[in-house]
Amino acid sequence: MKRLYSKIAISAVVGAVLAVGGFGAAQAQKVKRGGILNFVVGSKIPSYDGHVESTFGMIHPIRPFYSLLIRINPDNPSSPTDFVCDLCKGKVPTGTDGGKTYTFKIRTGVQFHDGTPLTAQDIVATYKKIIFPPKGIASSRKAFFKMVDSVSAPDKFTVVFKLKFPSGAFIPAVATPFNFVYSKKDLDTHGYTWHKKNINGTGAFRFVQHQPGSFVEGKAYERYHHIGKPYLDGYKAISAPKMALRLQAIRGDRASIEFRGFPPKARDDLVKALGDKITVQESDWNCVLLFTPNQDRKPFDDVRVRKALNLAVDRWGGSKYLSQIAIVKTVGGVVFPGHPLAATKAELVKLTGFGTDLEKARVEARRLLKEAGVKEGFTFDFSNRGVDQPYKVVGTWLVGQWKKIGLVAKQRVQPSGPFYNTLRKTGDFDVSIDFNCQSVINPIADVTKFLGSSGSNYGHYDDPVLEKIYDRLLRAETESDQRKIMREYENRAINEMAHLGITLWWYKINPHRSYVKGWKIAPSHYLNQSLDQIWLDK
Amino acid sequence: MAVVSEVPVEAGLEVLAPAKPWHAVAIDLTRRYPLGTGGAVIVVVMIVLAVFADVLSPYDPEENAFEFMLTPPGYQFWMGTDQFGRDILTRLVYGARTALFVGFSCAFIGAFTGLVLGVASAYFGGRFDLIFQRVMDVFMAFPLIIMALAVVSIFGTGTQNVIIAITIPFIPRCARVVRSSALAIREIPYVDAARACGFSDARIILRHMVPNVMAPFLIMISAFVGQAILLEASLSYLGLGVQEPTPAWGLMLQGGAEEYAESAPWVAIFPGIAISLAVFGFNLFGDALRDALDPKLRAQ
Repeated sequence: MKRLYSKIAISAVVGAVLAVGGFGAAQAQKVKRGGILNFVVGSKIPSYDGHVESTFGMIHPIRPFYSLLIRINPDNPSSPTDFVCDLCKGKVPTGTDGGKTYTFKIRTGVQFHDGTPLTAQDIVATYKKIIFPPKGIASSRKAFFKMVDSVSAPDKFTVVFKLKFPSGAFIPAVATPFNFVYSKKDLDTHGYTWHKKNINGTGAFRFVQHQPGSFVEGKAYERYHHIGKPYLDGYKAISAPKMALRLQAIRGDRASIEFRGFPPKARDDLVKALGDKITVQESDWNCVLLFTPNQDRKPFDDVRVRKALNLAVDRWGGSKYLSQIAIVKTVGGVVFPGHPLAATKAELVKLTGFGTDLEKARVEARRLLKEAGVKEGFTFDFSNRGVDQPYKVVGTWLVGQWKKIGLVAKQRVQPSGPFYNTLRKTGDFDVSIDFNCQSVINPIADVTKFLGSSGSNYGHYDDPVLEKIYDRLLRAETESDQRKIMREYENRAINEMAHLGITLWWYKINPHRSYVKGWKIAPSHYLNQSLDQIWLDK
Repeated sequence: MAVVSEVPVEAGLEVLAPAKPWHAVAIDLTRRYPLGTGGAVIVVVMIVLAVFADVLSPYDPEENAFEFMLTPPGYQFWMGTDQFGRDILTRLVYGARTALFVGFSCAFIGAFTGLVLGVASAYFGGRFDLIFQRVMDVFMAFPLIIMALAVVSIFGTGTQNVIIAITIPFIPRCARVVRSSALAIREIPYVDAARACGFSDARIILRHMVPNVMAPFLIMISAFVGQAILLEASLSYLGLGVQEPTPAWGLMLQGGAEEYAESAPWVAIFPGIAISLAVFGFNLFGDALRDALDPKLRAQ
């Protein structure tokens, strides 16, 4: 056992060196060209359209075919503020005109895979589709660009974004990995839904084939705009919905990596079996598991009952134990832990349910329930998603936590489709598991989840006070102002109204074959997936 | 003068053998049906575990105790603990309750419904029988697990819905077997006699026909219990049956098999053994019952 732990420790250290050390050890070695990267993906591809979809099942196999205007620095993906140009050139622009104008210079000589040259008009057409989609055209990240007034191209290689007000949330929103740049010609000729079933980008790889339910294949694009890349000849994204299958694929070297993440036990098994042939990279994850009481239903319309649900949960203990069996770990508030805008531990423990005196919290929870007229043994329906990691594990833990204050949660686990239907459409639940998973760490955009006006408000509440606080947050110009208002926002959403319950932030563990070089873990499974940095040391 | 001959009452009658004591019967049955007896023992043990789970179990089956998570089998936890620190032995004992509750509920409801429908179909015959049997054909065209999956996907998960899902496919299977026996009984004169006496159809079916198809019916019930336990475990394993934290064998297997098969194999091994043993027990018991009740097999 000690040997296993030492192996894990060594692998984690190696991973951390790779992740944090910039060019570090990997760059010290000479990059080897060629080879096919096989990786496994645990979810299906609903469509190829990045502007519509929000799943890693699409991002992992499809992102390498496309480029973005800007992206997170692939050599420093754990930084929430380090962005670099992808299709733009030079440095990522800073705002002019009091932070209300952003001017991007576009690379010349870039071609789409069908041979069409890229111009500023393609960028404009892409962002118009994302920010101002015509009626009936879905755009999942439209709300990220609330601050944008217009996007235009004054010349063939310049794009200008005009904002309604200065916002620190703009640049992170542009770097969102779902913002695939499409060809204006394709949009004009084939319409706004063509990209759901067709691919034509400027990414590091060209589309070869997609066998639904089996694999997606890409080959290196010889005219890729980052000269000298990609290093790989191609890649194959293999569909493997069962975790055991993905694990065995890596173990048997049928696949080299899985980009979403494995639970700790899977990591331990791989390390135990393969030793230094496996490298482990780990990171905090910009994803948090929540529970949402349905405020359309009694007694969850009563803030005392919602507070009691929060007070029952032992987050600090959960972090200690659940992190050993699930992909959750970090205790945090509404903002990604570790971000400058996130609550410190001293601030966190003041929030309802985050205190360190668990017994006191549970006594208070029982008092609140009694005051609200909720009797011992009150039974309610708890809707959960039929995915083991981390939904079912955390769900079962929550049921046990609520039992400690005399509540009986009857867990109803459904496959993803029916679960989302219950959560989003029918609202047929008392309390539901919920989540807030984002890509680029952009707290000001990420916390919109807690707003009543949010498209993902499944608690069916309306809170004008919280909306006003958010409006101030959106317009705050300095980080200290943002931080101060963020605490007000957190206090209102969690302490005063307990609209949602925050459980634990996810923790990303990526064990992969040690010969996979150049890929660095990011705090999101959506990020750093262009694959143009990766090479195989074999 | 009338002559009355005095004939002893006992004359001409065989002297009935005195009833054997229960233990002699048990020994006799054990000798004649050793496998069936083994099955019966397993079934009885399961029933005892299920009924006295509260007394026999050392721990709370649903209480998380993370400080003991994934403890290997030992003195404190004979079968080890799972990833939530719950005692596996305790959950197996309570799981027997879930398995038997689902197993017996499905078997009895499914078999009784099938019995009544099968006998009625045979009794009425004609167009009713024709249409009814075609409907049964449609149901029987689907394998048990597929049918159960379809029903669960319509009604949703949970113990009640699992019982419905498993019961529905049992009905046509029992109805078909019972009908074939009832068809022969329908032609026996006492049914005509009952009709001639003006008894209602319901009375003829329930009082005169149903008791005479009991042998195949009992055999079907015993087989159904084993099948229902296996189906419940399969549905729970697929995440469509009983839900956490309810102790159920299939669910225990599902929670542990994938992730802990290597590092904590006891999490998957013991529920697997429990499922196998229970199904094995009911099948052996059912086979012995068939041997005992089927006149042809009994003669052999």
